Amino acid sequence: MTAAGTERPLLEAAGITKAFGPVRALADGSLDLRPGEVHALVGENGAGKSTLIKVLSGVLRADAGEIRVDGGPADLSGPPAARKLGFGTVFQELSLLPWMPVAENLLIDRMPRGRAGLIRRRSLAAEAEEIFARYGIESIDPREIPDRLSLADRQVVEIVRALHRRPRVLFLDEATASLSKHQVDWLFEVIARQRAEGCCVVFTSHRWKEVEQVADRITVFRNGRKVATRASLDEGEAVMLMTGRRVGELYPPRPRAAPEAGPLLEADGLRADGVGGVSFSLRRGEVLGVGGLAGQGQRELFLALYGVRRLRDGTVAIGGRRRKIRRPADAIRARVGMALVPEDRKGEGLLLPLPIRDNLTLPILGRLSAGGLVRRTEERKLVEKLIGQLQIGGQGGASRRPSEAVDTLSGGNQQKVLLGRWLMAESEILLLYDVTRGVDVATKHDLYQLIASLAADGKGILLYSSDTDEIAHLCERVLVMREGRIAAELAGDDVGTEKIVAASVMEREEAVAGD
Amino acid sequence: MTSAGARKGWRSHFAVQQATLLLAIGILVVTVLAYLGFFQSQFQRMPNDYAWDSTITNALPLVFAGVGQGIVVLTRGLDLSVGGTMDLTNALAATHMTSSAGGMLGWSLIILAIGAGIGAVNGLLVTVGRLQPIVVTIGTMSILQGVAAAVLPQPGGSIPAAYTDVMGNTGSPVGVVFVAVILAFWWLLRRRPLGVALYAIGNDPAAAAANGVNVARTKVAAYVLSGTLAAAAGLFLAAGSSGGDATGGDSYLLASFAAVVLGGVSFRGGRGSMVGVVCGAGVLTVLVSLLFYAHVNSLYESFYQGLFLIVAVLLGLGVTAWTSRTRRGGAR
Repeated sequence: MTAAGTERPLLEAAGITKAFGPVRALADGSLDLRPGEVHALVGENGAGKSTLIKVLSGVLRADAGEIRVDGGPADLSGPPAARKLGFGTVFQELSLLPWMPVAENLLIDRMPRGRAGLIRRRSLAAEAEEIFARYGIESIDPREIPDRLSLADRQVVEIVRALHRRPRVLFLDEATASLSKHQVDWLFEVIARQRAEGCCVVFTSHRWKEVEQVADRITVFRNGRKVATRASLDEGEAVMLMTGRRVGELYPPRPRAAPEAGPLLEADGLRADGVGGVSFSLRRGEVLGVGGLAGQGQRELFLALYGVRRLRDGTVAIGGRRRKIRRPADAIRARVGMALVPEDRKGEGLLLPLPIRDNLTLPILGRLSAGGLVRRTEERKLVEKLIGQLQIGGQGGASRRPSEAVDTLSGGNQQKVLLGRWLMAESEILLLYDVTRGVDVATKHDLYQLIASLAADGKGILLYSSDTDEIAHLCERVLVMREGRIAAELAGDDVGTEKIVAASVMEREEAVAGD
Repeated sequence: MTSAGARKGWRSHFAVQQATLLLAIGILVVTVLAYLGFFQSQFQRMPNDYAWDSTITNALPLVFAGVGQGIVVLTRGLDLSVGGTMDLTNALAATHMTSSAGGMLGWSLIILAIGAGIGAVNGLLVTVGRLQPIVVTIGTMSILQGVAAAVLPQPGGSIPAAYTDVMGNTGSPVGVVFVAVILAFWWLLRRRPLGVALYAIGNDPAAAAANGVNVARTKVAAYVLSGTLAAAAGLFLAAGSSGGDATGGDSYLLASFAAVVLGGVSFRGGRGSMVGVVCGAGVLTVLVSLLFYAHVNSLYESFYQGLFLIVAVLLGLGVTAWTSRTRRGGAR
């Protein structure tokens, strides 16, 4: 611990407000930061953490409020101004340029220059490699483009870029959300190094363990306001401060399929790009986990099952009958009844500017129509019921109206809308791919309850999560994937966070030793 | 850390990331070879300097207009005023250019500046005015066509003979020099912060802004470059035909898009190279001669051009699909 308490604050922000149209993202954002501390910002989604970070990074302009750096007024008129103050940021939405080589992304504002001020394109890669080496990264090729990297690797590039700008204050907004366990450990080492050098690290995460592990001080946000700043906080207290009410256990009792339940989805020898021969069977009412380190073919498996990626080999049977799934439309079709809820809800599923209603009823418009016209009253009843059932808008909070656009909802609530759509369509098999990524605690809780009740209703659920705890608490059985194959299957008492992590890692080390 | 698989050399990265550029170069080579084949069977000899010169001179307006268009497309925009700009600059050159060396140079610079000004207006309307590029440039296209018709109501006017000699028709392929100039310009641009910024805002404007790229300024610069290059294209057009025509540039609008497509520049922005666009413009020009020597009825010329374009686009899609199939590691 540094004797941070006696030092002058590096940054003081008070009374920051920011509104987007009618939505007030920040009502009273305050924060004080000291040199050499790791400061966690916690709060539900939509509590204003990201907005505050964007204001402090110069990406958004505050409507009102005061920001002082080193005791004097600060210029935060744009990202370059923020950078001049020594503020570096890893944003929640990745800000890499997808088709420009990693090296150019890394060095975008400090390209090596040669004669006549021209950029020395030839030395870009070597310079990037050197920077990576400085932070102990060897597995990322600087000549590769981010579009061809895994989400986790892209996040690492983003982090290294922020570090390379040698910030006095480093903002990490949900930087761990897509990282593997190893990468999180790496990041924490980096954070410790920054802290030792007197840099201030501001950290947001929805994983409480991580907050507990790294934070010197914790500031809690709720509804766009700072609620408290504490040197220590236990999880119960934190949830209380974040939500304004006590939330019981985070996870519902583990759902279990009835012993006599038959197989709903049987996959045999599936091969696709990134998937090298995967077989499993999913029973009615079962939550089957897919675990392993990030980027071991889980995403590809889900996409192949859903018909987004071409299956090269293998068969899929639904309810005992073989089905060919070549495109998502085949998967959605009633007799298959398979639905994918991806982690990237913006890119893969929701029509953001359209109302909640249209997003929910899209797949069943045919059933809702008479004579080619949609029966609006019928539709309305269904939609309102579902909004209530899913608690879109938050528990006890003001429910959202069906006509509100989906892009006014927080990430977690958007995820509920997407799930709701498939409930409308009466899908029997749900492929849930990292659905709680970047979702706040209270909404996570809602989603867990929902998963349990769906399983109880007899749906079959295939669940992947980058948070191994989730898999450990929700699944009856877990397939641990490595390099596109199932490396281990855990069931019964073997399903637990440590065992899943051990199975993901041990297999890997054995494989390395065997090479 | 997750493994990224075996480290590849820069060559294979280049092959994957620039697959559409390599395809464009390949198509140019194939087209030129086919052209040589037809030429040989027609005349029992290879084209002489004069034939090369006229082919390259014919290509120059499209090369310049295409590169301008390509730069705007790179930023996720489009410039429909390219043809109108060529109309106006062509008409101005035919009516105003004097035959003294100073007059030719002076008027060339004035006309390039006018092109830059047109681009600046487009760019400011798109950025400051927050209008869609298609709306803005469809408007300026119309205006420019109108002004060009007022400047030169009937085809005519004259271009100093010396100007035509310098810009082409010297009996030796000096047009190559101008192709080299545009390639050198592109090489330099890629090594300036503006070049990086053009790609960055085409990749993702919000991410570019978060990295300190001035999005508005970069967009304006793209339209200014497009306007200037279109003005140059108008000058080449004037020099090539030794006279003016206030509608002479119109056909270059769609052709400029065709060159961009053939050059492998993505219409979603952020991907592609102007080297490809130069190749694309070359292909489209050589194709006309090829069809002529292949005894294709000139009435069917545009039919074959369209067919060729679609086949090229399909090839491009195939190449893109093939390169993206090998993405993101994992087991094979």
